[in-house]
Amino acid sequence: MNISDSAHTTGPSSRPSAATLEFRGATKRYPGQTDPAVEGLSLTVPAGEICVLVGPSGCGKTTAMRMVNRMIDITEGDILLDGQSVRERHPAELRRDIGYAIQQVGLFPHLSVADNIATVPRLLGWDRARIRARVDQLLELVSLDPNETRARYPAQLSGGQRQRVGVARALAVDPPLMLMDEPFGAIDPINRERLQNEFLRLQREIRKTVVFVTHDIDEAIKMGDRIAVLQKGGKLAQYAPPAELLMQPANPFVEDFVGADRALKRLALQRVRDVDLWTAPLVRVGDPAAQVRGKLDNSEVPYALLVDDDLHPLGWLSERALAGDRISDELRSRANPVLETDDILRDALSRLLAEEAQYGPVVDERGAVTGVLSIEILSHALKADPEQVPSGADAL
Amino acid sequence: MNLLLAQVQIRERTQDTCVSDNGFCPGWIADNFDRYVHPFFQHVVLTVVAVAIGFAIAFTLALLAYRHRWLINPVTQVTGVLYTVPSIAAFFLLLPITGRGFVTATIALVAYVLLIIFRNVLTGLDNVPDETKDAGRGMGLTDRQLLWRVEVPLAMPEIMAGLRIAVTTTVGLATLAFFAGAGGLGEQIFADITFKSNVVVAGGLAVALAAALDGAILLTQRAITPWTRAAAAR
Repeated sequence: MNISDSAHTTGPSSRPSAATLEFRGATKRYPGQTDPAVEGLSLTVPAGEICVLVGPSGCGKTTAMRMVNRMIDITEGDILLDGQSVRERHPAELRRDIGYAIQQVGLFPHLSVADNIATVPRLLGWDRARIRARVDQLLELVSLDPNETRARYPAQLSGGQRQRVGVARALAVDPPLMLMDEPFGAIDPINRERLQNEFLRLQREIRKTVVFVTHDIDEAIKMGDRIAVLQKGGKLAQYAPPAELLMQPANPFVEDFVGADRALKRLALQRVRDVDLWTAPLVRVGDPAAQVRGKLDNSEVPYALLVDDDLHPLGWLSERALAGDRISDELRSRANPVLETDDILRDALSRLLAEEAQYGPVVDERGAVTGVLSIEILSHALKADPEQVPSGADAL
Repeated sequence: MNLLLAQVQIRERTQDTCVSDNGFCPGWIADNFDRYVHPFFQHVVLTVVAVAIGFAIAFTLALLAYRHRWLINPVTQVTGVLYTVPSIAAFFLLLPITGRGFVTATIALVAYVLLIIFRNVLTGLDNVPDETKDAGRGMGLTDRQLLWRVEVPLAMPEIMAGLRIAVTTTVGLATLAFFAGAGGLGEQIFADITFKSNVVVAGGLAVALAAALDGAILLTQRAITPWTRAAAAR
């Protein structure tokens, strides 16, 4: 209570930047319907994390989200924001403390971009100079040019720009919690990908607690630190970090929902830099062959990798190249594919398969070999502790 | 009886053949223009007062019906009946209650515009996109804030369109107000309906008044709804 009161007088800087959200047996029953829309939902979203509510249509995910800011009233159970029940708060006052972004954006068509963003600051009585500064700051935060955008009406913006303004408006008073209902659902795939990445980059800076609703499991896996899979009747099927959801689906419904390619989806969560690479003997033409043969005996990769003076990979050496006193440049195969440390594991696997290769040299940004990725490493990566697999903004 | 008397009074016997032939006589118009000034202002007052009162009532009813949907049917039916009663009939129906004069004419004119304005305001409010309302509520606007800051401004184009129809039809109907004894340009027109000069001047003033009021509302609308042109210009 004190937190919200002080926020009204002194503004966002005095407010915690993220809140802990707890659903405690939250249930929504509509009169005249036998099955509840949401049934006994219990889960906790730690401060600063993105919780994705995902499930087929009619699973109650939007209802669950809308109960948080009391757009829909809770029938039974409770929802706590930093330990305080949302039911104890006046709905309008509660909502001003919670960022709200929806699929159709819902910008006010009759107000300029600046006035749209200024809506909640004005409700809270901020002075003009502060509002103006905040508007420009937010526009920059969502990658829009303030001078160009400020005075425009929503109808003069592209779909992607509107969506960005919607996010800026939701962030206006630096709320500790954001509710986002399919915020990128109406955007074409290319721009959606860009907006998702932008939002994750933004989240890396602002670290809000976010409840994000989507029906798209891929979006859920990409955006979520934790994913709550809901099934028909508003029952929680599983609540877990993306990696765990993919590798240990709690029941056949979740397994089916995440898809038969869940191992590949799981690999998409990690990058080459996140796994321990193998080493192979790196050799140059003219190196003493006996020494290389000795290294090969202890190497994880049974082949020697020929490199140039800058450590750029040239190819895998054949038996014959090692046979003489000095290494010759006879290759068994070229070094394809050459992988980079920033590649995601799924793409690395795909390239290995495409080249019919077991091993791929990994190079850093200068092109120098830092290790070797093998199919075996990839299958081991699937067994990593799910909590250790980066998720949400950290996976970017 | 009065009508016939008035007809006799409008022009004196004259040597001018144009006038005696009931023609269009610029000379006569120039000499007699001041006789139209007072009726013209009576007409302006009748129109503006009737539309203003009608707007106040219909707008209030529309806001109530917007929140309490069950009101829509009864209000539409009642205002619909008022709309269909011919104005002249309304004047005569009101005579025993309110007598002859400005009040009677105004009541009849107000009754006529209620439906037009009510329907337009309600349509405008109903056309506000659901997602806009949802976003507004989700950001913490109270119902009252949502109404005055979002819904009414967004309904403005329809509201103003309703006002334009109301004003132009009222200018027309007010030409019948002299039946209720409220004067106006109609009194002049019917004073000598066979005399072209008279009909052209009085009728022309009525048309000009309708056009001027319509234009004034249109300009106001453009001034208060700049976003509608921003959308079109894209």
